[in-house]
Amino acid sequence: MVRNTYKSASLDKSLLLRAVVDAVRKLDPRLLIKNPVIFVTAVVSALVTTLFARDLLTGQPAAFSGQIAAWLWFTVLFANFAEAVAEGRGRAQAESLRKTRTESSARRLPDPKNRDRQETVSALDLRPGDTVLVVAGEIIPGDGEIIEGVASVNEAAVTGESAPVIREAGGDRSAVTGGTTVLSDWIVVRITSSPGSSFLDRMIALVEGAERQKTPNEIALNILLAGMTIVFLIAVVTLTGLGAYSGTNIAVTVLVALLVTLIPTTIGGLLSAIGIAGMDRLLRFNVLAMSGRAVEAAGDVDTLLLDKTGTITFGNRLATEIIAVPGVSEREAAEAALLASLADGTPEGRSIVMLAQEKYGLAPPTAVPQGSFIEFSATTRLSGIDLETRKLRKGAVDAVVKFAGAKQAVAEPTAFRAAVDRIARAGGTPLGLVDGDRLLGVIHLKDVVKPDIKERFAQLRRMGIKTVMITGDNPVTAAAIASEAGVDDFVAEATPEDKLRYIRNEQAQGRLIAMCGDGTNDAPALAQADVAVAMQSGTQAAREAGNMVDLDSNPTKLIEVVEIGKQLLMTRGSLTTFSIANDVAKYFAIIPALFVASLPELGALNVMGLATPESAILSAVIFNALIIVALIPLALKGVAYRPIGAAALLRRNLLVYGLGGLAAPFIGIKLVDLAVSGLHLV
Amino acid sequence: MTLNGWLQIAIMLALVVLTARPLGIFMASVMQGKSTFLHRSVRPIETRLYSLAGVDETREQTWLQYVASLLAFNAAGFVLHYAILRLQGFLPLNPQGFGALSEHLAFNTAVSFVTNTNWQSYGGETTLSYFSQMVGLTVQNFVSAATGMAIIVPLARAFSRANATTVGNFWVDLTRVTLYVLLPLSIIMAFALIALGVPQNLSNYVDATTLEGAKQTIAQGPVASQLAIKQLGTNGGGFFNVNSAHPYENPSIWTNTIESWAIVALALALAVAFGRMIGREREGWALLGVMMIFLLAGCAIAYWAEAAGNPFMHAMGVDGGNMEGKEVRFGIPQSAVWATFTTGASNGSVNSMHGSYMPLGGLVPLVLIQIGEVVPGGVGSGLYGIVVFAIIAMFVAGLMVGRTPEYLGKKLEAKEVKMAMLAILIMPAFILGFSAVSAVLPVALAGLANPGPRGYTEILYAFSSAAGNNGSAFAGLTANAPWYDTTLGIAMLACRFGIIVPVMAIIGSLAAKPRLAPSGGTFPTDGALFVALLAGVIVIVSGLEFFPALALGPIVEHFQMLAGKTF
Repeated sequence: MVRNTYKSASLDKSLLLRAVVDAVRKLDPRLLIKNPVIFVTAVVSALVTTLFARDLLTGQPAAFSGQIAAWLWFTVLFANFAEAVAEGRGRAQAESLRKTRTESSARRLPDPKNRDRQETVSALDLRPGDTVLVVAGEIIPGDGEIIEGVASVNEAAVTGESAPVIREAGGDRSAVTGGTTVLSDWIVVRITSSPGSSFLDRMIALVEGAERQKTPNEIALNILLAGMTIVFLIAVVTLTGLGAYSGTNIAVTVLVALLVTLIPTTIGGLLSAIGIAGMDRLLRFNVLAMSGRAVEAAGDVDTLLLDKTGTITFGNRLATEIIAVPGVSEREAAEAALLASLADGTPEGRSIVMLAQEKYGLAPPTAVPQGSFIEFSATTRLSGIDLETRKLRKGAVDAVVKFAGAKQAVAEPTAFRAAVDRIARAGGTPLGLVDGDRLLGVIHLKDVVKPDIKERFAQLRRMGIKTVMITGDNPVTAAAIASEAGVDDFVAEATPEDKLRYIRNEQAQGRLIAMCGDGTNDAPALAQADVAVAMQSGTQAAREAGNMVDLDSNPTKLIEVVEIGKQLLMTRGSLTTFSIANDVAKYFAIIPALFVASLPELGALNVMGLATPESAILSAVIFNALIIVALIPLALKGVAYRPIGAAALLRRNLLVYGLGGLAAPFIGIKLVDLAVSGLHLV
Repeated sequence: MTLNGWLQIAIMLALVVLTARPLGIFMASVMQGKSTFLHRSVRPIETRLYSLAGVDETREQTWLQYVASLLAFNAAGFVLHYAILRLQGFLPLNPQGFGALSEHLAFNTAVSFVTNTNWQSYGGETTLSYFSQMVGLTVQNFVSAATGMAIIVPLARAFSRANATTVGNFWVDLTRVTLYVLLPLSIIMAFALIALGVPQNLSNYVDATTLEGAKQTIAQGPVASQLAIKQLGTNGGGFFNVNSAHPYENPSIWTNTIESWAIVALALALAVAFGRMIGREREGWALLGVMMIFLLAGCAIAYWAEAAGNPFMHAMGVDGGNMEGKEVRFGIPQSAVWATFTTGASNGSVNSMHGSYMPLGGLVPLVLIQIGEVVPGGVGSGLYGIVVFAIIAMFVAGLMVGRTPEYLGKKLEAKEVKMAMLAILIMPAFILGFSAVSAVLPVALAGLANPGPRGYTEILYAFSSAAGNNGSAFAGLTANAPWYDTTLGIAMLACRFGIIVPVMAIIGSLAAKPRLAPSGGTFPTDGALFVALLAGVIVIVSGLEFFPALALGPIVEHFQMLAGKTF
């Protein structure tokens, strides 16, 4: 289903090279200040660099302060690098989009009614409300609504799908996107967007991260991290006074090293990369989120509203069985059904032919039988074929009975009526089958539920999300399909107002609702829903009302959207836990090293057996910098979501990132220390 | 360590858990204004008080109005208390003829009692008149406890209400907890203590000649009445200088049992009351569970460290546990329980001298204070404190399960995190800040009784105690000097109201939010995993804040002791 149109640019050489350059460029204090943790790191790095310079000038041993300063700068650069890599992947996508946004000219119609009077203007001069004519081979100059005409359009520029789609005035297929190409015919389009704010423009901006606003959860997490930074600032600064009591004079370089290893640089450095990568993942699913807020909200969804047709079922009713009345063999009835449907090009008709061949083993007639086909009409509600001796019809039950009765008054067999009732009760549509005055049987037409959908709903249930099916069917049919598909609830005979009411009702009970829609009549419900995915194929109204656009127009994708939203939050939470849990080991590395001269007994805390105080401190700083780089792939990929329930998920993540975060640095710092002391770096 | 000792600890822990539910149910009813068995006798007094004070009990306040009322009430209490202490010499009930307290001591003492700290830079029986004790101290003992408890009412409303602009009426909440909970319980407990031999009189001090022929002055006074609220209200300010180690304050194992129980009884019961008020009692029990984990661990470590005894003493041939500074009539287990309860609960009363504990035994009370006085903490203050930690814990946990974090059906967003971090930051800022300055300031170092890490711990303990609104002292520090009186007073004020204001801001913000329905994707906060998570967050957050400071005090002292180093 999901075509990876925007193949995430793999971490190739040029991308990495550019990210390295960007990492240096991002040392600009105006950019750094947006990230409090990294900003603090940069400030103290500058401080240690000054001390290093002083050591050099005064001829004191400078190897230690020099290396600390270098690794502190690396910490900042690695954080910048993570962000740059994430941005780089988006930028590669943006460039492919930008290629399609050429400056084109447009045929503006001063009078929409008169297509002959055209004036050629630049696409950039078009304003909302202008009408333009677009003919085959031309690029549609801006987003708009077709007011006249029908055309096939290549939307590959936006969706990556090269098969043309039909766009026509009126109905739910009237929206066109600037930058797409008309392949045949002509259309008159009323422009709805200003230059620079078209769908494509917004898409490019979103992909590039230029419009990236911090999301609510990200802001809150930033506050938490800033708070933790202040806590450690207090703890480290006061240590000068507290240490002085026992006669320890702690060097500023060492204090800075302690501070930087304690403040949550790991999550601080990776935070924006995680956010950018989340949007990027969504885009690779061909879903365009209008804001990061919408992606986060997707992770919170409690209830999912899905249209039955096209989402849960295939959208067409298909024949699933042929029931013969007593006295007629199943094979005879199936043959009659096959013949009656030969000329029927509707999906239902074709499914009857398929069923007769596959289930009842009938060979398709080698030659079209001689006879006249009877087309379906709204008045007769029958279709079929007249052969030499037979008049085969299929159609609505009452019409079929009437057809048989019109020839000869026969009592309707009880078995026939029983079959009809059974089908109706099961939520299917019965189709009568008659040969002249002889009732042959009933064809069971069924709304066939997509094969993998039940599993997907079960998955959603495990994620704690309730699924609700919206359908125009009557309650009996709706209930039957609902139970077959395994949805939790359904709204039958739903009007747009019903949808809106249902959403409001759920929201009043404190639930967050996601839905997808494409029609104009979906727009109010889309606007009301917390997460609204509009189909790219839908109307302009629907697309404006949604906060995400699915470029593939595949409603089941909401599940992936929810997962990506959850992944985004989980990655942040897990790395925060990891980052803070790391601090325990760093204390055990640095505290004994700090006081080894004045309070040698604290050497008992040196459980890692680090070589010297200098190597202990340097190792902690190096580990702290390297862990950022080591975690970049995880930040970009995201922590895997598993629908196993919140408590089990938390237990798992606490085990991996909490306990792992406690243990990892003990091992890591020891290894770095072995290297540092082995190489005699200090 | 003996089986007997462990049994004593187990019995005390069981006792405080057993009473939590009945007390909690009662308090929830009172706080929600429901009719209780006290209604008929107390309600007329309650309405009379409202009409005297011109309070309309049906008018609710926004969180800002609520906190403004609270601050105004406490400011007035401070002024009154300060005036009493300064004018003591002119006031009645002063048989010993004590004069005015110095400016800095009066400031320190007034702040100390208004903030429910009850740090005592003075010796009660040598400094304060009966009037000061009864009208100044005891009144503040009641209302400072009631102030903390009152906040639990809006705290519960923050979670039980949706889209609300008001959070309740401070005057009503304050009056109700005082009249229905604190006063009746204190009266019962005071009579019980009198029956068990605690004095309650307004007599002159008695002069006695001891068997050795020495002259001794035996202090008297209305001890029982002050003792009851001192324990129940997590105040801890003793009538006598040595607090509940004094035979008049704590004559026997029976009074000791009642007094130990009273230290944590209300604070634990409030957790149950909170759970009931939000309509999910289990949530309250989860918080109580976290509190009990710390109390259990504290008792166990303190008992282990003290019972193990001092290797230097063992070397001198004195076997057994460390009995220095402990009362023989209580022994090590009861001392360990009291030390754990009184510091876990921000009470600060003592029945043994924490300054004489072994390094790790003394570490227990210090750590319990530094983790923010939330296990169970002061009455009210402990519960809102632990909710602040729960907000931080659930913020991170919520992210880890892939949802916008929520706690008890309310979303946790930037504002809540900001206020919670402010509330958490303020204690380390004042403890570490003032301790660091005191550790190098000659005027501060002059007040130390011990050299080496022990002296350092005295400073750290004093500021921790003040900032945690605990009030217990690591005896040895001479605190009644301008430097300590003033800085400790500032720390008490800042850490009491510097936490209350952000907590009230959180309450206001949460109350205004819609209530979310729990779903399968919501992490349940009434189970064992939440209890473990919250306990872990409390340990990690405060551990990371204070580990370097602790390493230089009790921890290094422990290693030095093992290495055979003395000072």
